[in-house]
Amino acid sequence: MSRVERIFPQAATLKSGVAASLPHDSAGRHVTGEAVYIDDMPEPEGMVHVYVGLSERAHARLVDVDLSRVRSAPGVLAVFTAADIPGDNDVSPQHLHDEPLLATDRVEFAGQPVFIVAAGTRLEARAAVRLAAITYDDLPPVLDIDAAKATGKLVTTPMTLARGDAAAALAAAPRRISARLQIGGQEHFYLESQIAYAVPGEEDDVTVYSSTQNPTEVQHMVSVTLGVPAHAVTIEVRRMGGGFGGKETQCSAFACYAALVAKRLKRAAKIRPDRDDDMVMTGKRHDFTMDYDLGFDDDGRIQGVDMTFAAKCGWSADLSGPVTDRALFHADNCYFYPAVRAVSEPLKTNTVSNTAFRGFGGPQGIVGAERLIEEIAYATGLDALDVRKRNFYGKAGRDVTPYHQTVRDNIALELVEKLERDCDYRARRAAIRAANAGSPIIKRGIALTPVKFGISFTLTSSNQAGALLLVYTDGSVQINHGGTEMGQGLYVKVAQVVAEVLQIDISRIKITATTTGKVPNTSPTAASSGADLNGKAAEAAALTIKERLTRFVAEKWSVREDEVIFLPNRIRIGQQEVPFADVVKQAYLARVQLSATGFYKTPKIHWDRKAGRGRPFYYFAYGAACTEVAVDTLTGEYRIERVDILHDCGRSLNPILDIGQIEGAYVQGAGWLTTEELWWDGKGRLRTHAPSTYKIPACSDRPRIFNVALYDGQNREESIFRSKAVGEPPLPLGVSALHAISDAVASVADYRHCPRLDAPATPERVLDTVDRMRAAAAKA
Amino acid sequence: MRPYIRFLFGYDLQEISHIAPTMTVLDWLRLTKRHLGTKEGCNEGDCGACTVVVVRPDQGRLIYRAVNACIQLVGSLDGSQLLTVEHLKEDDGTLHAVQAAMVEQHGSQCGFCTPGFVMSLFAFSKLSGPSPTDQAIDDALSGNLCRCTGYAPIVRAARRACASVTSDRFDRNAAATLARLEALQDEATVQVGDSSGIFHAPATADALAEILVASPQATIVAGSTDVGLWITKQMRDLPVLVWIGRVRELRALDDSGAAIEIGAGVTYSDAREVLALHYPDLGELIRRLASTPIRNAGTIGGNIANGSPIGDASPSLMALGATLHLRRGGERRSMALADFFLAYGKQDRRPGEFVERITVPKPTRADRFRVYKISKRFDQDISAVLGAFWLRLDGDCITDVRLAFGGMAATPKRAAAAEQALRGRTFDAAAVAAAKTALTDDFSPLTDMRASAGYRLRSAQNLIERLHLELTHPDIETRLVGDKALAHVQG
Repeated sequence: MSRVERIFPQAATLKSGVAASLPHDSAGRHVTGEAVYIDDMPEPEGMVHVYVGLSERAHARLVDVDLSRVRSAPGVLAVFTAADIPGDNDVSPQHLHDEPLLATDRVEFAGQPVFIVAAGTRLEARAAVRLAAITYDDLPPVLDIDAAKATGKLVTTPMTLARGDAAAALAAAPRRISARLQIGGQEHFYLESQIAYAVPGEEDDVTVYSSTQNPTEVQHMVSVTLGVPAHAVTIEVRRMGGGFGGKETQCSAFACYAALVAKRLKRAAKIRPDRDDDMVMTGKRHDFTMDYDLGFDDDGRIQGVDMTFAAKCGWSADLSGPVTDRALFHADNCYFYPAVRAVSEPLKTNTVSNTAFRGFGGPQGIVGAERLIEEIAYATGLDALDVRKRNFYGKAGRDVTPYHQTVRDNIALELVEKLERDCDYRARRAAIRAANAGSPIIKRGIALTPVKFGISFTLTSSNQAGALLLVYTDGSVQINHGGTEMGQGLYVKVAQVVAEVLQIDISRIKITATTTGKVPNTSPTAASSGADLNGKAAEAAALTIKERLTRFVAEKWSVREDEVIFLPNRIRIGQQEVPFADVVKQAYLARVQLSATGFYKTPKIHWDRKAGRGRPFYYFAYGAACTEVAVDTLTGEYRIERVDILHDCGRSLNPILDIGQIEGAYVQGAGWLTTEELWWDGKGRLRTHAPSTYKIPACSDRPRIFNVALYDGQNREESIFRSKAVGEPPLPLGVSALHAISDAVASVADYRHCPRLDAPATPERVLDTVDRMRAAAAKA
Repeated sequence: MRPYIRFLFGYDLQEISHIAPTMTVLDWLRLTKRHLGTKEGCNEGDCGACTVVVVRPDQGRLIYRAVNACIQLVGSLDGSQLLTVEHLKEDDGTLHAVQAAMVEQHGSQCGFCTPGFVMSLFAFSKLSGPSPTDQAIDDALSGNLCRCTGYAPIVRAARRACASVTSDRFDRNAAATLARLEALQDEATVQVGDSSGIFHAPATADALAEILVASPQATIVAGSTDVGLWITKQMRDLPVLVWIGRVRELRALDDSGAAIEIGAGVTYSDAREVLALHYPDLGELIRRLASTPIRNAGTIGGNIANGSPIGDASPSLMALGATLHLRRGGERRSMALADFFLAYGKQDRRPGEFVERITVPKPTRADRFRVYKISKRFDQDISAVLGAFWLRLDGDCITDVRLAFGGMAATPKRAAAAEQALRGRTFDAAAVAAAKTALTDDFSPLTDMRASAGYRLRSAQNLIERLHLELTHPDIETRLVGDKALAHVQG
């Protein structure tokens, strides 16, 4: 019998459970350089470096691929082409066979992988690929959305959402506007480039350390391309140096190259592309155009909307189907459309295959919705914020989305009105307008925009997760789950969940690298789902352990199960308190199983894509941002001066990490819509392929006044401890920056014309818009 | 001749004789030493994940400078102390104040950029004082990109660290470190290399001249902020490198009374203060033309000698009427800077010749100088257009004028027609309009990823308008960044 202890050194309440603002679990290792990324792992004797040779043409038949000089280059051990792939030459995530791992007879974008080289050093491998002599027979490339529309070629099946009779509503509307919006793409610019490192095992076995958000899919791709069963392939990732969606599918090819070389040469093999090659080779956020036809009344209420979202998908489908779907799912943002038709056009172009990027099409949909609001504001002379409020989802009759899901958790109005008060929006707007009248060059602008973001994978089967919880006899715990850590703090959040359930300090919980060998068939860490899904799976595993221990304790100490209470680091058993570790030890001796799996699948969701009906989202996350900018009307340059954000994380699992996600997402979203411009030349070559030419926000671009608060509330649904997902929803808060610039630009024409400022609003585009506004004012 | 380079790696003396002349500090750290805390993000000095700190003795003090390890050459460490993120912790494991602040303020998410930020903050903490301005923090971090945090918590960490830094292990060891580093300084010409080539590091101008006469095809390297990319991106063979960073005469920055004499090896960081004193806008331009780590390595002489059409220094100094001094062996010649640029990528520099110094005349009371940089992003971005404007005024009348632009032609170039339109005229709206029109005769810019031809021309024209407003209407706000008062200083 264990000794009775009534006084414990531990705190009376657990300080590391849910809702605690714990630091990132790796913070101490990040700041000392001790956190190990894949390129930092020990390199075994004989390890080879792999590099990939790329197409220089956007669209061509491969007439001759002469690699003789590559083969004889210093240090080169092997050169492989498509012919050397033992399995299926396809890394299409949708299994459409439209994305060969290595090109065979033709290339479809400048940067497409054609061959790989293995050499003793990375420098030798990089130098060798430049010696390839490829003869091309050029074909006409399709490089932009208009050209692609002309060909009509799609990479996947389009989707239509419709509710009500949009055509009739438009015809009957008192006012009607139709125009086009352009939205640029975005490079992920994860600081750690793509990387994979493969270690061959016996027979078919191979272990690949991959910087991936999607270990299961990488496992699948390696197994398919090698032609071996999935059980022979293990994928592991402890952490990524950033992902943002760029390592959901784009990581697969690199893992396959490393695995192929490792198996063929029977040596460890590593591939890490140089930054420029990474940016040329890997997909980005989709560019879109939205053609819209909008009907509304004199009070600014929308009557009907018809919108076509055409996306530049690149040469293959990749995830373009679900990305363009999600654009449509967010084309309403917070607004009720009485009659609506929204259509996607996933267009094929001879450019890199665009992919997942934080928000996954959703932000583009929201930019589209906010353009509609802006049109109405300028047409009616109303404050855009009032137009927004008048069109928010409301009570029955005004609460159904274009995909026929009823919005039951709407807090947009309360949240926006609180932010409006807290940031003094009305008074500041009036002051800005007065000041602009006296400032001929520098004009200021302000905008307050909301976000409603749907949470769940729209591919319903992806909404599942597993976890493995191991309790050791000293009471220490390992937790493993399918989620991957890319900086968002998923690991610590899931550990907090386990700490909360078992009431043990987080220091007793080891967070282990994500590996397909521990939890199989996992979903990508994407769609903001990481904590929702894996937290629930871990909770289930922890509850199983807790139940087993409870049952064991009740039996052994002869108390009722409801007399067994888990207190911080101890268990109250009737009138006694026993340390958790002691109970565990006793349970082991009594042959109680101390490991458990957990599983979770999101309830209530269903989706019929063909019909455009269902409940694709378990719930919605909300937020709003108010941005103030200053614009130089001589050069088009601008600066974000102040931002106020109120965001809904439900009952946050970790408020400080959630605030970090919001701050980062805002700046990333604002960067997308302002300085981040992807630029291809006339031959289809990306010319912004390094940070010297592609400009993500720098430190001085952050708003000097940057107020972020969490909305006080909880998830209406039974999510993990009633929290809400936070990865993607705050990204479209950056839309307020675009609209604030637009507001400043509108001042040059006395706010009488809608600037229709497209994105990215580079200084050049802003100056163009200023000039256009001045011309419109002069004509009027 | 000294056949090895020597420097302190932390506190360990390194003496290296056999090394590829193009070996970067980052590759040396990661591949040779397996010190893996320093990360490679972009391999071109733009993201800062590889930031390390180089410490040099200067007049009895230690100067801590953040630089980009990815484009610094190992040879250029000669005589310095190299500190990386691994060196900051105390021996008992206590985090350095900047590290502790980054943890406390949640300044890391994915963590990949973090070692670089830590090193930039570490260098900053050595000179910031306890309560730096936002501008100072932004400048210190201008060379570090973070894609996760939006920078807000990192700036909070910077404030916290600066407020809490007391004496760290480096301060406690400063006297000993200084003595060791001073002992490493000598007048010998250093020569190291391997089968791939030779790295020369002369200590005097005469030795440099001699080497270049003997090897006229040698690549001269100063801060390697450009040559570094020839190595990392173009993978060029550079069998003979001559590093001028040790050449005493070229590091001189002198005031000759009527002019500032800038040695070819003077970095932007070293030149900024004195140039800003006489030309506040030039100081502001130097703040913006590159990040702190790049300014700590890059030189004005190198920017001129490489003749980039998009370099910011050349048009600015052309507008100021700078003179360039070249030397080959014992032969010297001088020319107006504007005459140095012959065509795209072609300068009037003969084999074996090197830039010795640049003479920048000081302003008279009648002179006005403004320089405006337009780029997509304010910090660490290459200009779409750079406009530099020098006017000599007699009352409202422009008695003399030099306008020079970058990004508008194949070389940095004066705007002769626009100058003509202004010279001898009253600086009024009509003169502005005439100069704007004349600019279309001066330039037919190109369209590229930075801007279209149309935008370049239009914004260049508008800069003349900004110039006019700033000189005539001090009440009007014209600038978004930098010290707003700069728009209205005289001079």
